[in-house]
Amino acid sequence: MALLEIDDLGVSFATNDGEVNAVNGVSLALDKGETLGIVGESGSGKSQLAFSIMGLLARNGRARGSIRFAGQEILNVPASVINPIRANRIAMIFQDPMTSLNPYMRVSDQMAEVLTHHRGMGKAEAVAESARMLDAVKIPDAAGRIRLFPHEFSGGMRQRVMIAMSLLCRPELLIADEPTTALDVTVQAQIMSLLGELQSEFGMATILITHDLGVVAGFCENVIVLYGGRVMEKSPVDPLFASPSHPYTRGLLRAIPRVDHEGDTLDSIPGSPPNMTRIQEGCPFAPRCEFAIPECRQFLSPLTEFAPGRWRACNRSLEDIA
Amino acid sequence: MFTYIAKRLAIAVPTLLVLIIFSFLLMHAAPGGPFTQERALPPQVLANLEAKYGLDQPLWRQMASYIRGLISAFDFGPSFIYKDRTVNEIIAQGFPVTLTYGGISFVVAVTVGVTLGVLAAIFHNSWLDYLAVGVSIGAQVLPNFVMAPILLLTFTLWLRWLPGGGWEGGQWQYLVMPIIALSTSFMASIARITRSSMLEVLNSNHIRTARAKGLPERKVILRHALKPALLPVISYLGPTFVTMITGSVVVDIYFSTGGIGKAFVDSALNRDYAVMMGVTILVGTLTVLFNLLVDILYAWIDPKIRY
Repeated sequence: MALLEIDDLGVSFATNDGEVNAVNGVSLALDKGETLGIVGESGSGKSQLAFSIMGLLARNGRARGSIRFAGQEILNVPASVINPIRANRIAMIFQDPMTSLNPYMRVSDQMAEVLTHHRGMGKAEAVAESARMLDAVKIPDAAGRIRLFPHEFSGGMRQRVMIAMSLLCRPELLIADEPTTALDVTVQAQIMSLLGELQSEFGMATILITHDLGVVAGFCENVIVLYGGRVMEKSPVDPLFASPSHPYTRGLLRAIPRVDHEGDTLDSIPGSPPNMTRIQEGCPFAPRCEFAIPECRQFLSPLTEFAPGRWRACNRSLEDIA
Repeated sequence: MFTYIAKRLAIAVPTLLVLIIFSFLLMHAAPGGPFTQERALPPQVLANLEAKYGLDQPLWRQMASYIRGLISAFDFGPSFIYKDRTVNEIIAQGFPVTLTYGGISFVVAVTVGVTLGVLAAIFHNSWLDYLAVGVSIGAQVLPNFVMAPILLLTFTLWLRWLPGGGWEGGQWQYLVMPIIALSTSFMASIARITRSSMLEVLNSNHIRTARAKGLPERKVILRHALKPALLPVISYLGPTFVTMITGSVVVDIYFSTGGIGKAFVDSALNRDYAVMMGVTILVGTLTVLFNLLVDILYAWIDPKIRY
């Protein structure tokens, strides 16, 4: 049995402009210890996918389908079911470390409450354990600095605090939602290599959500490419980079700036991401796809395995887009 | 922190001095005087009276001697109208009254207002939210000079539950209506400020983090959301507390409580210079003190604020 199984997940939001469909029919499975990258542009639904797993959708959000964690349904369940899992078995790191910590509480209190709540530890023991975890994420003088408030840490250090906090209960699944987007490039590299080390040390399954393909290449075993709330391609990481099977993935890879690139123009995908207020009948990428045929606007072929472990959702054959 | 408080207290002295000078000048710039009556006094009598109270002196000299008396003996001088009473006596008699019903009104307004605001935010867009917002708006648009007679009609004339006025050393029967009349609109403002600030905090990223920790919603709100949500409320409470404990002329008149609110308005109408100055200085000093208290509270709640 897979650790996490998502079946036909749909997420929509009731807004003043009508129903916004952020995620449409996403299915995936994640094994113990597996590292999965979820890649997509802003608005592709990747963050909402993560929030659905944690049960943290905004008030106006509605989720359909099923998410099972270790065989147990966790989508649209009452707080009494999801709360013992949150931070304890599934933990999450958020995008913006500057605002994700409580500015009015000492780091020691914020971290310790995870352990006192889930593990029933005493306060002193919980603070000591939290300090050990800060040490593990390479915060110098952890025992002293745990007494500080979040604003006394830099952005990168705050994200380390978030990572340490998420690992306190040794979760089986860690969801990192663009953990480096808000940070300097040099700090990004440090945080990613730290996450890599911790992942191999603790062995938890990890979902890394990012729009940065480079980060995925270095960190993940498998990748899911999301567009318009749908899975376009699902593949182990190496073949995906070597021979992307979907026109959208190709566009994404071409758009990565390269130092050895000849000429001075940067390739981009023409057009802009779809308006999610309209229900997409066909392929959401069709309006921007150079290989689109009229049928693409009517329907989208389901995800099909075309090589071992590699799946694609495209109406055109591999030869057509060669 | 201590140097900060000392500095703020030191700045308070010139602030109050400016307040005294301005009120003194404005007061004397208003036409008429304490001895202006419908039937004019004989010129000789008026001259004698003015000489007795020092009103024949140049303005700067009057002010100087007033400030000297204030600093050396904490003496606000005699009332110009009530011949046998000093301002100190008038304040000593009226201020405990307004302090009592104003203080209790403050506690009621804060308790009910904050509770209502927090509940409305937690149950956003539910019937409870609409009810709380409806009650707040209703309470805020209902002025206390309308509220007071309605209360009197209901509780005194129809139900005959409560006495129509008086003080009697602040027995509870005499306190109920002044407290309702004074606290309602403040309660409504506090509820609305709490609600909007709580809604904002509940949508913030660090609350999402708290939820992701698997804490029960009650803990998320009490441990993580309440403190930041109350910051804007606290800055509103400083001046509000002063306004409330110095009473309300409407309450004092409708319920004959004998508080300082009525004394202040009467003194302005009668040109009772000494009483007017006394109450102005009292309110000014309290305002300075409670603004300082709010700033200290802020630093205590928000670790980013350090003086």
